[in-house]
Amino acid sequence: MDFGPYLLLATMEGAVGAAVLALTALGLSLVFGVMRVVNVAHGEFFMLGAVIAWWVAHLVGAHPALGFLAALVVAPIMVGLVAAVAERLVLRRLGYDPEATIVATIGLLYVIQQAALSTFGPDARPVEPPVDFRILLPWFGYSGYKLLVIAAAAALMLCVWWVLARTRVGLMMRATRFDRETARAFAIPVDRVYGGVFALGAMLAAVGAVLIVPIQQAHYLMGHDPLLLSFIVVIIGGLGSLRGTVLAALVIGMSDGVISVFFSPTLAKILATLLVAIVLVIRPTGLFGARAA
Amino acid sequence: MLKVDRIDCCYGNTQVLRGFSLELACGEILCLLGRNGAGKTTALKAIMGLVKPRAGAITVDGVDLTHLPAEAAPRHGIGYVPQGRRLFADLTVAENLEIGLMARHTPRAARERALDLFPALRERLDQASGTLSGGEQQMLAIARALCLEPKVILLDEPTEGLMPSMVARIREVVSTLRRQGTAVLLVEQRVEAVLEIADHVLFVENGRSRDRLAAAELRARPELLGRFVGVGD
Ligand SMILES: Nc1ncnc2c1ncn2[C@@H]1O[C@H](COP(=O)(O)OP(=O)(O)O)[C@@H](O)[C@H]1O
Ligand SMILES: [Mg+2]
Repeated sequence: MDFGPYLLLATMEGAVGAAVLALTALGLSLVFGVMRVVNVAHGEFFMLGAVIAWWVAHLVGAHPALGFLAALVVAPIMVGLVAAVAERLVLRRLGYDPEATIVATIGLLYVIQQAALSTFGPDARPVEPPVDFRILLPWFGYSGYKLLVIAAAAALMLCVWWVLARTRVGLMMRATRFDRETARAFAIPVDRVYGGVFALGAMLAAVGAVLIVPIQQAHYLMGHDPLLLSFIVVIIGGLGSLRGTVLAALVIGMSDGVISVFFSPTLAKILATLLVAIVLVIRPTGLFGARAA
Repeated sequence: MLKVDRIDCCYGNTQVLRGFSLELACGEILCLLGRNGAGKTTALKAIMGLVKPRAGAITVDGVDLTHLPAEAAPRHGIGYVPQGRRLFADLTVAENLEIGLMARHTPRAARERALDLFPALRERLDQASGTLSGGEQQMLAIARALCLEPKVILLDEPTEGLMPSMVARIREVVSTLRRQGTAVLLVEQRVEAVLEIADHVLFVENGRSRDRLAAAELRARPELLGRFVGVGD
């Protein structure tokens, strides 16, 4: 293949990764922005989404599209429930103390990971894509499903934006994020906002995982890369800045895809980590973050 | 209507309020006077349920708020204007007011009445509240609290750092509120300003509520102020 089409292919691959990364990182960013909690277990919510998706698709059997659609509904809800329980039983009891919650979510990471290992097993398992068509370009054919992933991720991010910017619940989240005590003085149920935000953040990761699992297979260790990349995105985008998170996800996801295709995935991660270091030195608030965290 | 009965409040192991009491009647303006660190702000936070008392009770119209979650205070009609305004600076003026309306599900008319008191805010509804001038921010903080049509409004140093014209405007609004039957609990450093509008003055010293005097009496005998160290100078 010539360089031009090859670059196009790499860019399209990058865009799929970027779309899923943007969803996942948005979840992490939302949780950090509103609750000031660094959720180290975020990648495990992603993994759990994928594992549950496999399980649901497997149970439904019938038609791949049916199984996938069921997974798209069931997996995020179940992951959201797990997150809500963890929030209620662990984070709230710690009073959302920034340091204690880091340690607690590291614990949560291993609990979820080992639970997945002992139930799901160590093997990688595929989920069939719900649709099976290829877009025929002059140089190569491209999976139609991957384009659907990009569209679905974009639609979901628009939804999240709409909820935050245009609804009462979103207003409560933004007020809580800015000043929890004053929010309380205006009858905003801060505890429920926190529980909801933590569940929503986990659900975004789970949706991202369900979308990726027909491409990547479910595996109990698959949470590592999304966690690392989400952290990178959130730091570069500016802690807690949603617009910055999405833009940074596009940059990191695309370059990760392109560099992985042309060179190696390891080099892509090294460069991304290097970029974080540079951003932290030159602009500690992130490229798009207005305020210090 | 608002009764605080011998509350003790602590931050961690430091006790800040000791047997603090006050009573506020409908349409009354009660002013808390006391030096910095005396516990005035903490007393207001305790009323709002933001700091939970270890002992004592807080009731509004006979409803015991002491052990209810913080949502209870605004739901029962207590409006709060915190020290330093504490606006949601990222949010627009309209969104800040919306939060006031949501607190008690009050009709939009409440917002219009609040804006009638501060017409300057009307032109800035879509502006981020953090970009307002100090005076406008204070007006918004008061308007936000008025959006929940409070029976009682708590004002913590509302004139701190404002120009004299602004101070006069806020004093007028406080008097208007009283005329409309709202009870006002005011924390203020400017003793002269207080004496003109308050009905009663309650001195706070070291976390304790001390003498409660009629403002008229203090106006007649300003030397009484001298008894309370750190106040009136
Ligand atoms: N969040 C807090 N944590 C610990 N101590 C506090 C806190 N807020 C206030 N204090 C202390 O409580 C005392 C009373 O403070 P405050 O109620 O703000 O007084 P005032 O409003 O009368 O100036 C002060 O000694 C202050 O240092
Ligand atoms: Mg104070």
